[in-house]
Amino acid sequence: MAGESAVTPNSLPRPEGELEALKAAWVQPTGWRFPTVVNNAVIGVLYVATALLFFVLAGILALLMRLQLAVPGNDLIGHATYNQFFTMHGTVMMFLFAVPAVEAMGVYLLPAMLGARDLPFPRLGAYAYIAYLIGGLAFFASLFWGLAPDQGWFLYPPLAGREQSPGINADFWLLGIGFIEISAIAGAIEIIVGVLRTRAPGMSLWRMPVFAWAMLVFAGMIIIAFPAVIWATILLELERALDWPFFIAARGGDPVLWQHLFWFFGHPEVYIIFLPAAGMVSMMLPAMAHTRLVGYELIVVAMVGTGVLSFGLWVHHMYTTGLPQLSLAAVTGASFAVSIPAGVQVFAWIGTLAAARRLQWEVPTLFILGFLFVFVMGGLTGVMLAVAPWDFQAHDTHFVVAHLHYVLIGGMVFPLLAALYYWTPTATGRKLSDRLGRWAFWLIFGGVNLTFFPMHLTGLRGMPRRVYTFPSGQGIEWTNLLSTIGAFVVAAGVLLVLIDLARNFRFSLNADSGNPWGAGTLEWLPQDNFATRSIPLVTDREPLWTNPGLPREVEAGQHFLPGTVTGLRETLATSPMEATPQQIAIVPGPGWAHVIAAIGTAGFFLALTVQAYALSLGFALAGLAAMLHWLWHGTDLGPIHPPVDVGAGYRLPVYAPGPASLGNWALAVLLVADTAIFACLAFTHAFLGLAGTEAWPPAGTVLPPVPWVPLLLLGGGSILMLVSASATSIALLLAGLLLALLGVGWDGWEWWRSGLRPEAHAFAASVCASFVWHGFHALVALVMGGYLAARGVRGRVTPERRITFDIVRLFCLYTAAQAVAGLVLCHGLPRAL
Amino acid sequence: MRGEQSALSPRGPEAELLHGLTWLLSLGGAVIFLLTMLLLVLALTGRARWLASPRVMVMLGAVLPTIVLIALFAHSTGIVSALGRVVGAPLVIEVVARQFWWEVRYPEQGIVTANEIRLPVGRQAELRVTSPDVIHALWIPALHGKIDMIPGRENRLRLTAGEAGTWRGQCAEFCGSQHTLMALFAVAQPPAEFEAWAARQRAAPVPESAGRAVFARAGCGACHTVRGTEFSGRIGPDLTLIGTRQSLGAGTLENHRDTLLQWVSSPQRVKPGNAMPDFRGVLSDDELREVAEWLENLR
Repeated sequence: MAGESAVTPNSLPRPEGELEALKAAWVQPTGWRFPTVVNNAVIGVLYVATALLFFVLAGILALLMRLQLAVPGNDLIGHATYNQFFTMHGTVMMFLFAVPAVEAMGVYLLPAMLGARDLPFPRLGAYAYIAYLIGGLAFFASLFWGLAPDQGWFLYPPLAGREQSPGINADFWLLGIGFIEISAIAGAIEIIVGVLRTRAPGMSLWRMPVFAWAMLVFAGMIIIAFPAVIWATILLELERALDWPFFIAARGGDPVLWQHLFWFFGHPEVYIIFLPAAGMVSMMLPAMAHTRLVGYELIVVAMVGTGVLSFGLWVHHMYTTGLPQLSLAAVTGASFAVSIPAGVQVFAWIGTLAAARRLQWEVPTLFILGFLFVFVMGGLTGVMLAVAPWDFQAHDTHFVVAHLHYVLIGGMVFPLLAALYYWTPTATGRKLSDRLGRWAFWLIFGGVNLTFFPMHLTGLRGMPRRVYTFPSGQGIEWTNLLSTIGAFVVAAGVLLVLIDLARNFRFSLNADSGNPWGAGTLEWLPQDNFATRSIPLVTDREPLWTNPGLPREVEAGQHFLPGTVTGLRETLATSPMEATPQQIAIVPGPGWAHVIAAIGTAGFFLALTVQAYALSLGFALAGLAAMLHWLWHGTDLGPIHPPVDVGAGYRLPVYAPGPASLGNWALAVLLVADTAIFACLAFTHAFLGLAGTEAWPPAGTVLPPVPWVPLLLLGGGSILMLVSASATSIALLLAGLLLALLGVGWDGWEWWRSGLRPEAHAFAASVCASFVWHGFHALVALVMGGYLAARGVRGRVTPERRITFDIVRLFCLYTAAQAVAGLVLCHGLPRAL
Repeated sequence: MRGEQSALSPRGPEAELLHGLTWLLSLGGAVIFLLTMLLLVLALTGRARWLASPRVMVMLGAVLPTIVLIALFAHSTGIVSALGRVVGAPLVIEVVARQFWWEVRYPEQGIVTANEIRLPVGRQAELRVTSPDVIHALWIPALHGKIDMIPGRENRLRLTAGEAGTWRGQCAEFCGSQHTLMALFAVAQPPAEFEAWAARQRAAPVPESAGRAVFARAGCGACHTVRGTEFSGRIGPDLTLIGTRQSLGAGTLENHRDTLLQWVSSPQRVKPGNAMPDFRGVLSDDELREVAEWLENLR
């Protein structure tokens, strides 16, 4: 029935030269040009490999720490080094391994699973990767100069403030992590737009692979959660560099503000790491069991539910800060609630195993079973810790260390290892070693339990976290020794995985995976450097099971877009819900611009950290120039080709401005993150104002007059920007922007004239922080405005060719709207309190 | 320097409540874990097809947990309010954490001491805690859970020693280079003994000896207070009756003449990163010995 008899979107034979043209458009750079590569499959593999490198490096730190803790009173590692080690272990594992690793799996797998040729913004993805690679390595290297942060991965002020930590160690954390967050947000934008807009025709949301759902929730959570830590790092850096007292109690600040901002990010972070891993399990299990996933819809609801709930329970990291009883109860309840969706997923996986036709007892299966064991244990100790009064005892002890490792190793490392063994054939054409894999599994599984199970007892018998030694006679000598032995057993297992990868992982873009597990999803279609020859029409969740002839049809070019229309790299853009074909999206190819931009970004932050300001400015300008170059030549190409038939009668444009353009979507997602940062800014004002017992603003503060003139200027500017759209008038837009910025500047001047000085008090500091944020937006808007004007002069902006115009206009409008909100906040709150 | 530091050996009603929770949660968690693993094994044998349905998934993964968690929630809320109960007129004790030691004040008795909390058995104590430098957390697991000590805030924790004894506690919030060596002892005594201790602390007799003169000459009084003398520094621990305390350097060393000498000579070797400079080289060996001897006799 499949194959010849089915009606396919395109018919055979295919015109001559079609395949060759497609191949040529997607040819990969080699030799010295290799760094210019942008293809998601290549970047994805490099990304995973880099993340694994950081896993190993941070793991070595863990081994050294376990050696130090093997016996009481040990003096192998001094306290100063130990403090850097545990700070770096946590920071590197969280920021340089866990989040990038799952993001990397998304970059590698998503296009293939969705039937896209690449992610929608490959250069943005490559840029994020290179920035992460350089920044991550430099950040880790700070250890070798003794400059690594040593305040714990949570960097609580006042310990991390300038008085307590005058060295640049803390700045390494703030700036290093700051831009890794930026790289994560760039990746999240790409994933959201990719999942919602580049799925194969017919792949409606309910036919989407679970992993795509997981990555969608993951990326959405990054967009909401990471802004909190970005804002927190901005505040702390302002305090450290300029003495603005956000966290200094003596001047109206509050150290607890940091904790709220940090954990508003820090708790969702756990699910940010876990959900993609759960998504991978939900992909692998059905293939290994040859049966459909039980409860697909419930799993999707559970994942979305986890994402939403995870934002309501950050305070459970702060049970001992002296909260009122009511808050304790509320947060305990919320923390309990989040275990329900996890429970649903666990029983979906068990149910899928129960439904197995013929379970393949292979390495991925072992790691998945290990995951179920370890993760369920970690989940249950998590419920224990959620019980507020009990947490009073367990908080900040080795019990928590045990719990979090069960959750993160169980919930993320085991699925990742399963995924490595499971998906390697898509990258190399053959499986990794079964023998080494089994040995690795048993060593890691046994080692993890040997390390962390006794640690529960260590904690309850009184050993706090983050101590470099412990006294004898407390009954924790043998539990610590077992943990140390276990850590080395894990290391042996990881070593075997590395040996396996070194021996058997030979990456190739056109390797035929051969679908060795008999999976049903699109990533197992035959791939070449252009991904699949044609983009399949999808009719259900496991297209390869329903239509065994699909690989042949796809490879013969019988499905959508079997060649290149413009001679450039293209993929299909489809509608977000039903995945109806909408346009041909041109995706950029290799180039140096994004490489230079990434080096510029990383260099900027690193030079800033070591206080080489001139150098940092140089990096910033080089990076900015490279970005503008990349935008100028690679984006908004205009209507370069008439609409064309891609198959099944769909006649699609190659250039479609308007709300549906992918660029607009990307900006919209970015603005959500931006709004989240603004919300944190507003929270800062409100928290400092409401939480303190002293007068707010402090006695003697003179408030500037009600800002009617700035509001008028902002309003007038916004109207000009709004009306500029109909005529695509750059002049009107820029006039409106300047008017709005004048309004912001006017208000800032009024505050300054009224005697507001940021060093004096947290109130003044938080008002000034708002202006820092407006100023940053003004700068970006001005650069964008200048770029737009230049394009206008060169005739690259017309009523037809207007994507750049629309994007700049939207950003400028947002800048004005945010300024109005900031104005209302800064003037309104002190008058209301 | 003995003293258990275990949440599994509760020595007062508050800690008993929490210990009850430890049992409930550990056993409950173990049962749920084993049942889940049993279902997993059943699924693997292929003889439990009934597990493969969304209805079962919702029952086992959502409905059952919800029922268990609602019960647990009620229990937990009950414990929180029981912990909040004030029993009689609690003894007020102010604890101020600093890098890396504890100042302990009894405002009603006019006593200031360090790194040791004396408690009368059977009477609830209300600890009012804060910190002038960074965030610390007070944790004496035999008596209660943790409470954070946050600059600019005052937190309260009420605990009761149910029997006489000495227990170890430790800072539980990472507070800098020597967070590890920031311990303290809780010493619970029958009320009469406690009163005797308090009376002795108030009287604070100071013996005259050569060591006192050295102490004065070396400027120790700039940082340390010894009540009954002219020494009134507020930077380091109050040394009034230091000879009666369990430990030196906040639980780092036992307290006797040799360790006193060791500490006064080279505190940076014993506890690198603490605020006290080494006096070896500043004072002669004889002078150091005299100071140690005088300190030991402050009892």
